[in-house]
Amino acid sequence: MLPLVETKDLKKYFRVPDGWLHAVDGINISIDAGMTLGIVGESGCGKSTLGRLLLQLLEPTDGIIRFQQKDVSSPNKGQLKELRKDMQMIFQDPYSSLNPRMTVAEIISEPMRRYRLYKGAELRERVVNLMNTVGLEQRLENSYPHELDGGRRQRIGIARALALEPKFVVCDEPVSALDVSIQAQILNLMMDLQEEYGLTYMFITHDLSVVKHISDEIAVMYLGQIVEQSPADRLFEQPRHPYSQALLSAIPRPKIRKEQQRIILKGEISSPINPTPGCRFAPRCIHAVDACRTQNQELIEVDQGHFVACQRYDEI
Amino acid sequence: MACVTHLIRALRISEQVMNMDEKILEIENLAVEYRTDDGVVKAVNGLDLTLEKGGTLGLVGETGAGKTTTALSIMRLLPDPQGVITSGSIKFAGKDILSMSKSELRKVRGKHISMVFQDPMTSLNPILTVGDQIAEAIRLHEKISHADAAVRAQSMLERVGIPANRYSEYPHQFSGGMKQRVVIAIALACNPQLLIADEPTTALDVTIQAQVLALMNNLKHDFKTSMIIITHDLGVVAEMCDRVAILYCGEIVEYGSLEDIFERPEHPYTKGLFSSIPDLDTKVPRLTPIPGLAPDPSKLPEGCKFANRCSMRMPECVKADPPVVNLDNLHRVKCLLARGKDAKRHATLG
Repeated sequence: MLPLVETKDLKKYFRVPDGWLHAVDGINISIDAGMTLGIVGESGCGKSTLGRLLLQLLEPTDGIIRFQQKDVSSPNKGQLKELRKDMQMIFQDPYSSLNPRMTVAEIISEPMRRYRLYKGAELRERVVNLMNTVGLEQRLENSYPHELDGGRRQRIGIARALALEPKFVVCDEPVSALDVSIQAQILNLMMDLQEEYGLTYMFITHDLSVVKHISDEIAVMYLGQIVEQSPADRLFEQPRHPYSQALLSAIPRPKIRKEQQRIILKGEISSPINPTPGCRFAPRCIHAVDACRTQNQELIEVDQGHFVACQRYDEI
Repeated sequence: MACVTHLIRALRISEQVMNMDEKILEIENLAVEYRTDDGVVKAVNGLDLTLEKGGTLGLVGETGAGKTTTALSIMRLLPDPQGVITSGSIKFAGKDILSMSKSELRKVRGKHISMVFQDPMTSLNPILTVGDQIAEAIRLHEKISHADAAVRAQSMLERVGIPANRYSEYPHQFSGGMKQRVVIAIALACNPQLLIADEPTTALDVTIQAQVLALMNNLKHDFKTSMIIITHDLGVVAEMCDRVAILYCGEIVEYGSLEDIFERPEHPYTKGLFSSIPDLDTKVPRLTPIPGLAPDPSKLPEGCKFANRCSMRMPECVKADPPVVNLDNLHRVKCLLARGKDAKRHATLG
């Protein structure tokens, strides 16, 4: 199958007073149509920047983005408008991503009005259909976002993202702000929609149990780079990168365990500003040797579809 | 090494058993409401809770369940004049907190009961050095010179894993995890008997969360502090707590030991919470969420407040408030279904 979205050595550097902040630093991903790629990592690892680059909300410093085999790295205005129809985003915070002065129906219909796709009764019918699809009661069409709870607001965000019938949706922490019982409702909805409309997702989150549940494949990011990428189940069964191992062992599990082996990382994420060569995780890594601190680590395929950026993967 | 850990664990358990009778906190029939322009919001409705000395209680529930309101009532920090305690009593180490004067309360807060808030970014003063903020807490409660307070503050910093030479730095120079450790250092500076931690790790990344939880577990052991941990994360509860209270609409719907709640949950809401979280060890194609939404706290329904979302609902559920059923010494459930179980158990016993 041909990939729907692909990047080659994608980079985004931000100019900051102390130099260049390497937010995304040489990312290669490819997502097949109808699949979900989960991106996990801690704050500041560049996962949201990556999502925004793919959607052309940020301009890449270097590298290539391909959508349906076409290079879309630096589109002109007309191309961008066409592209936006196929690529949408669901944001983390349903409290700030909706215009407080618009009613539910106005928010959901705005993309269709912008593209002059429907009008009048047809537009209204389409809004009602979308509201049904995401499980919003029709009586809410004239309500304002502040009158609704977080779960319903996130449903509005999803309906708005679906309004243009996109092929690719970037979901940036879509359930992090929601209570667990509501979170499960939204995750189920997103999986149903994927099946029904053949959507392709990039699912960005820091919640590892959510990402395992929803993803086909997972990429673990650390300081702007992918350190491990593998099919979802495999990553949890056998994480190979020391950072993935520490990350997975750090999740507090809702189970009573007699003994727990936890890798507690020393220190904090180092600065992404003007990083020195070598593995970026080396300062916190218990397995680091001198070579780790000087040589950049490339992703190595250690098993079919399982990539690790660690030169000591077979020793640890 | 393993045998030493076993010994330590055995000692901890025996300590807990010894202290079981002594109650540090007793809350009876607490009711709190917020009187707002839009009406009266009933945040806590008849809450009963006790905490043994040295114990750690997890207060679990979703947004609006009344977790933070309960904590603020214990600290007497409810927003004034909206937040009103309409009934009940709160006793801390035998003393009635609700009848204390403002000056008595000031002596208790920070000295005997401390609180750690969710957001370490906003709970520190940005224009004071972190060391001075710790020393301030000590000087407020103890007759001690500036120099001695500074020494104590430095040792508290070391205690939470921050080098003492960072005493004179400001909060913005610290990362989120370190700020939360400073907040914990302030809270523990006067060696309080009770620490209330409101979502202490929610704002932190998972590897940093692991560091902070390990630190809190160590401190709990070293200082013998009793703790109430408010969280929505059942993983954090499993790791930290020995007692768990599940809150829904300002009521405790289920209470018990960690094992009771995690291995023998009885209330449909507790069961629903567990089935809502994706499990890392087993693969399920779909999650089983709790349908619907929690009721509006200004218009609470008659009868069981969970009934409208409950898959086990019976006609009686909406007629009257279900009674609290004691399943054994500790484990209690506020659900009509449990009544049958209790009766059956008595029948077999009798």
